[in-house]
Amino acid sequence: MRTIAIVAGASFKESVRDRVPYTMVVFAVLMMAASYLISELTAGQDLKIIKDLGLAAISIFGLVIAVFIGIGLVSKEVERKSVFGLLTKPVTRAQFILGKYLGLVTTLAVNLSVMTVAYYAVLFYMDATATPAMRASWAAPALDPRQLVAIVLVMGELALVTAVALLFSTFSTPLLSAMLTLGLWVAGHFNGDLRQFEQVVEQPAVAWLARSLYYLLPNLAPFNVRAEVVYGVPVSVSHVGFTLLYAAVYIAALLVAAVAIFRRRDFK
Amino acid sequence: MAAAIETEGLTKDFAVGFWRPRPYRALDQLTLTVEAGEVFGFLGPNGAGKSTTLKLLMQLLYPTAGAARILGRPAGDADVRQRVGFLAENPYYYDYLTAEELLSYFARLFGYRGTEVATRVTRVLDEVGVGQERRMRLRRFSKGMIQRVGLAQALLNDPDVVFLDEPMSGLDPLGRRQVRDLILALRARGCTVFFSSHILSDAEALCGRVGVLVQGRLVACGPLSEILAFELKGWELVVAGVSEALRPDLAQLAARTTQLSDGHVMLHLAPHAEPDRLVGELTRRGAHIVSLNPVRDTLEDYFVQVVGSAAARDQRSVGA
Repeated sequence: MRTIAIVAGASFKESVRDRVPYTMVVFAVLMMAASYLISELTAGQDLKIIKDLGLAAISIFGLVIAVFIGIGLVSKEVERKSVFGLLTKPVTRAQFILGKYLGLVTTLAVNLSVMTVAYYAVLFYMDATATPAMRASWAAPALDPRQLVAIVLVMGELALVTAVALLFSTFSTPLLSAMLTLGLWVAGHFNGDLRQFEQVVEQPAVAWLARSLYYLLPNLAPFNVRAEVVYGVPVSVSHVGFTLLYAAVYIAALLVAAVAIFRRRDFK
Repeated sequence: MAAAIETEGLTKDFAVGFWRPRPYRALDQLTLTVEAGEVFGFLGPNGAGKSTTLKLLMQLLYPTAGAARILGRPAGDADVRQRVGFLAENPYYYDYLTAEELLSYFARLFGYRGTEVATRVTRVLDEVGVGQERRMRLRRFSKGMIQRVGLAQALLNDPDVVFLDEPMSGLDPLGRRQVRDLILALRARGCTVFFSSHILSDAEALCGRVGVLVQGRLVACGPLSEILAFELKGWELVVAGVSEALRPDLAQLAARTTQLSDGHVMLHLAPHAEPDRLVGELTRRGAHIVSLNPVRDTLEDYFVQVVGSAAARDQRSVGA
C-alpha cells in the first residue's frame, strides 16, 4: 500500500505541474465568468444560464483533463520509456497501475475543487447583487448546496472515464487511447437508448447485441443530474449512492483488466 | 561464491509485420554466467540484441524460451529488484520533477525513509557530478545530464549488481572519465557491473571479461587476456634528434618509417626485431629515444574480426 501511495504522490506532483490541466481550469473559470455576462442579456433566466453553463464547464473541462492526463498515465510512459526507471525498482506492475490511477484521480479532484470554488464565487456575486424580486423568480437559491451533488457525480463520472483511459492506454498509443476514451464517453451517455433499441428491433441477434452492449458499455447518463439541480428538483440519496457504487464497481473491473493486460506486456 | 548473473538458453522472439506477423529472433539461446564482483562488458554492433538481453534480465521483456537468474533468484523477483540498479539506454524521466525529487521518489520506493532519503540522494548526485542543476526540472536537462541522473538512480540503493545499457552515451569526455572512475569504484567495493557498449576502448579499460553478441547470438565470451591472446604484432619506436647522416640508414634498420609532425620519426619494427640492440645503436649515433611500445591486437581488431566472420557465416548459410 505504501508503494502505491508513493507512486500516486509522484504522479500527482507530476500532473499538477503540467500546464495543460491549468489551462483547462482557467478556460472553465473564464467560461463561468462569461456566463455572468451572457446572463445580463437574458431577462429572467440569468441564474439558470449561469448554473447551466457553469456546471457544463466543470463537466466538459473535467473530461478534457481526465482524458488528457489519463492517456498519459501509461501509454506516454511506455512510449517515452520513463516506465523503465520505475518498473526496475521494487514496484510490481499492479502497484504501478493503481498508484498512477490514484495520482490522477487526486489531480482531478483538485482541479474540480478549484472549478467548484470559481463556480460558487460567480453564484455568490449573483446572489449578493440580486433584488428580492429576482430571488423570488429563481427556481432554486443561487448558493443551493445541492449543486454539489451534481459536482460529486461529475467527479464519479470522471473517475470512471479515467479508468477507461487507463485501460486503453495499457495497450494502445496515446492518440488512439484518447479517441477510444472519448468514443466510449459519448456511447456511455447514449447507453440508455440501447435498451430502448432492444425493445423495438425484431431480430433476436440484434436485440442480443444491443443488450450485451447496454450491459458492457458504461452507463454515464445517471451521472448527469445537472438539469435537476438547476431547476431545484431533488436528487434522491439512493440515486447518488447507487450511481457512485456503480462507478466503484465499474472502475474496479477496469483496473483489474488494466493490470491483467499490463502484467503481460513487453516493453521494447 | 554464487554467480551474480546466469542465463540458460535465453531466447526472445518479436512478432514483426502487421497483417501476418512472423517471429523475428532478437536473442538466440544465450547462456552466460557472470561471477560476483566482475565487470562484464557486453559488446556487439547496433541491433545485436544487447538491450534486449538487459531488458530480459530486468524483466521488462518476458523470454520466449530459457531463463535468467540474478543473485541466485529468478530475474524480476522482488528481492532481486531491491538489490540491483539499472540504467536504460537513452533514459527518460519525468519532465516536471527535479532531479532531487525524482531520486527521492525512487529512494522511497526502495523503502528508505526520513533523512536517509535526502542523504542518499545528495550522495549519488554528487558522485555522478550533478551540481546545482539538481533543483531544476528534468525537462530542462541536456542529454548528458539526464544520463548522469540515470546513473545516479541506478546507484541509489547501493546495488550488488548494476546493469548499464550504453552508460557513456551522450556524455562529454569529462563525463565519460567520471563514469569509468565510477565503474572502477563499484568494482573496488565488490559490485558486479554488467554493461553493454559498442565503445570498445571503454570495455578494454574496465572489463575483466567480455561477451560479443552478433545478430542475437553470443559468438565469443571470455577474459580479455585470453580473447586477445596478446600476440605481439611488432614494435613502434619514436626517436628525436635524427642527424642527416643517420636518416638514410633508418629505412634499413626498420620495416617502415613515418615522419611525425614535431620532427620525431617513428620506426615500425617487425615482431622478431631486437629493439634493445636498435635503441643502443641509435643512441650511439646521437638520436634520442622518445618512446618504445609493443604493438598488440586491440579489442577493436578482435571485434571486427569476430563480427565479420559471424556475418560471413550467416551469408553462407543463407546462400546454402
